[in-house]
Amino acid sequence: MEQKELNPIPIYQYLDAEGEVIERLPDWTQKKEILLGYYRNMVLGRQADAKAIALQRTGKLGTYPSCLGQEAISTVFCSMMQKDDVLIPYYRDHPGLMARGIPLSDILLYWGGDERGSASEHWGKDFPNCVPIATQACHAAGVAAALKIRHESGIAVCALGDGATSKGDFLEALNLAGTWQLPVVFVINNNQWAISVPRTIQSGAPTLAQKGISAGLPSYQVDGNDVIALHEVLSEAMGRARSGKGATVIEAISYRLGDHTTADDASRYRSSDELQQAWSKEPIKRLRTFLHHRGYWDEQQEQALIKDVSQQIEQEVQTYLNTPLPPVKDLFDYHYANMPSALKQQKQEAELRAAGGQNHE
Amino acid sequence: MSKITMVEAVNLALDHAMETDPDVVMLGEDIGVNGGVFRATQGLRDKYGFKRVMDTPLAETLIAGISIGMAAQGLKPVAEIQFMGFIFPTMEQLICHAARMRNRTRGRLSCPMVLRAPFGGGIHAPEHHSESTEALLAHIPGLRVVIPSSPVRAYGLLRSAINEPDPVIFLEPKRIYRASKQEVHHKTPLLPLDKCFTLKQGQDVTLVSWGASVKETMEAASTLEQHGVSAEVIDVATIKPLDMETILTSVQKTGRCVIVHEACKSFGAGAEIAASLAEQALTVLKAPVERVTGFDTIMPYYRMEDHYLPSPDDIMKAALKTLSFH
Repeated sequence: MEQKELNPIPIYQYLDAEGEVIERLPDWTQKKEILLGYYRNMVLGRQADAKAIALQRTGKLGTYPSCLGQEAISTVFCSMMQKDDVLIPYYRDHPGLMARGIPLSDILLYWGGDERGSASEHWGKDFPNCVPIATQACHAAGVAAALKIRHESGIAVCALGDGATSKGDFLEALNLAGTWQLPVVFVINNNQWAISVPRTIQSGAPTLAQKGISAGLPSYQVDGNDVIALHEVLSEAMGRARSGKGATVIEAISYRLGDHTTADDASRYRSSDELQQAWSKEPIKRLRTFLHHRGYWDEQQEQALIKDVSQQIEQEVQTYLNTPLPPVKDLFDYHYANMPSALKQQKQEAELRAAGGQNHE
Repeated sequence: MSKITMVEAVNLALDHAMETDPDVVMLGEDIGVNGGVFRATQGLRDKYGFKRVMDTPLAETLIAGISIGMAAQGLKPVAEIQFMGFIFPTMEQLICHAARMRNRTRGRLSCPMVLRAPFGGGIHAPEHHSESTEALLAHIPGLRVVIPSSPVRAYGLLRSAINEPDPVIFLEPKRIYRASKQEVHHKTPLLPLDKCFTLKQGQDVTLVSWGASVKETMEAASTLEQHGVSAEVIDVATIKPLDMETILTSVQKTGRCVIVHEACKSFGAGAEIAASLAEQALTVLKAPVERVTGFDTIMPYYRMEDHYLPSPDDIMKAALKTLSFH
């Protein structure tokens, strides 16, 4: 049996790699605001990403995971989320976080090694970054269950990478989402690589989306570099969740154009030919070409946007760099709402140590 | 007023917590129609419905993970893991997420969940059902580990655990689930977490224990009394964070300490207490601290478990050893 016969999942795509229309466009694309909003955020995401890497290279940021090449996915699902929805992100969703209203300075603060990056009121009830793989899928199921139990209107949106689909947490969460009909959308950012392990080794399943079928969930593949296709598929999935019809799994196919993190060197395990080919499909150029063809965008607007985005990023970077270190007491103050007395004692010791005082009697 | 067992007290605490607070929900395997394998949740599904008493798929990681998701959104989930031996799949969720949700968001989100599990040996259970691995959990910053030793304390501590704004691991010593009865009812007071309970006053030696071992420790104390030795007995109750103040106060009075627990000897909560006594009470100790514990072996299957579990006689001998030290 050939593998493609095992593939029960259609792939949604409206724009080809050159930005040419290959399917009849949905009506909403006639109003350019949504598409321009996506474009602005993707450009912001890419510029911010480059800046973050530069900051890391100059010792001003810790290890950082680039989102280069997959800006479209989180931009679209986060832009489509409503205020009362709950985002359960993975660690490469920076453009989405910004689309959700979280300042770049928070993102930089987090990757700069400061817990306060996940603390500001901009995050609402959204979850912070999740470093252990796929564990957040269970949180998303729990959030969705809480929303359902309390008859609240929001939905949960959970992002994961392709590697996450190999973990039990992912499958356990999907299983529950199916049996409890939870209002949650799982978005797999299939960027083809889990550090050095390629998609072909990650799973013998022809698609990652079809793992949702075993849980009884509607499951789709979508070109993750095509914002129109993403919007369409997400619109249906979110609508299903909002109307009480349950969860959906979406595999958004993209490519990680950068290294896994700034501590990685992808040239050790993947060919430059493959990388070059992936660049020809990247989402920003594709959307820009489409916008130009439709008359929604021109070079002047492009230059203005670049300037605007640069200024915004510079401002956010300065906010980040000017954020003073937290006091030593912060190490202790948030582990427990009611601090144990032994910890109070250690807090005093730490403050004494930080002040250069004696820490031994 | 009728007296009830510890497992009935757990059930009553859950009932009263759900009655008091609509945000309290329960989840786990077999907890609904079946009322839990030990019947700790019996009758609660009928009373509160399937939206508040949820049977989950057989997936422990999921049970912990969805509890975190629910708790971070403001519910107060009380999850049951059927046996402590099945708690290990939950460890990543507990360590990486439940324990640090408050800290990592600087209080923006928190994780007011309780994870209950029966634990310990002595009921002739199959492999993986009888270990006491509380120290693994107690090592984690951000968690509380609470272990009752009587129906009254099961009720009072569980109610407090559910009210606690941070995650609590509530370990129920199943060997004494039905070993004794006490009066427990609506007006039974809630008990403080993070506090030891002094069960018996004494002058000559401090016996420190928790969970099911408190039973043997109290028996040893009675026998010692008959031999003219006055033992003070402390039920630690909250393993993490540890109330060393109560233990220190006692040891300052008696000068001697015997620590009793079912878990392996090395790297356990007993070692932590002994180390703290060495740091803070060396000058008042009249004898080395003794530990009466399980061995650093795998918990044997049930034919040999009596050879593993500390007996009242073991405890008494250790106490007499501290008294005869010169």
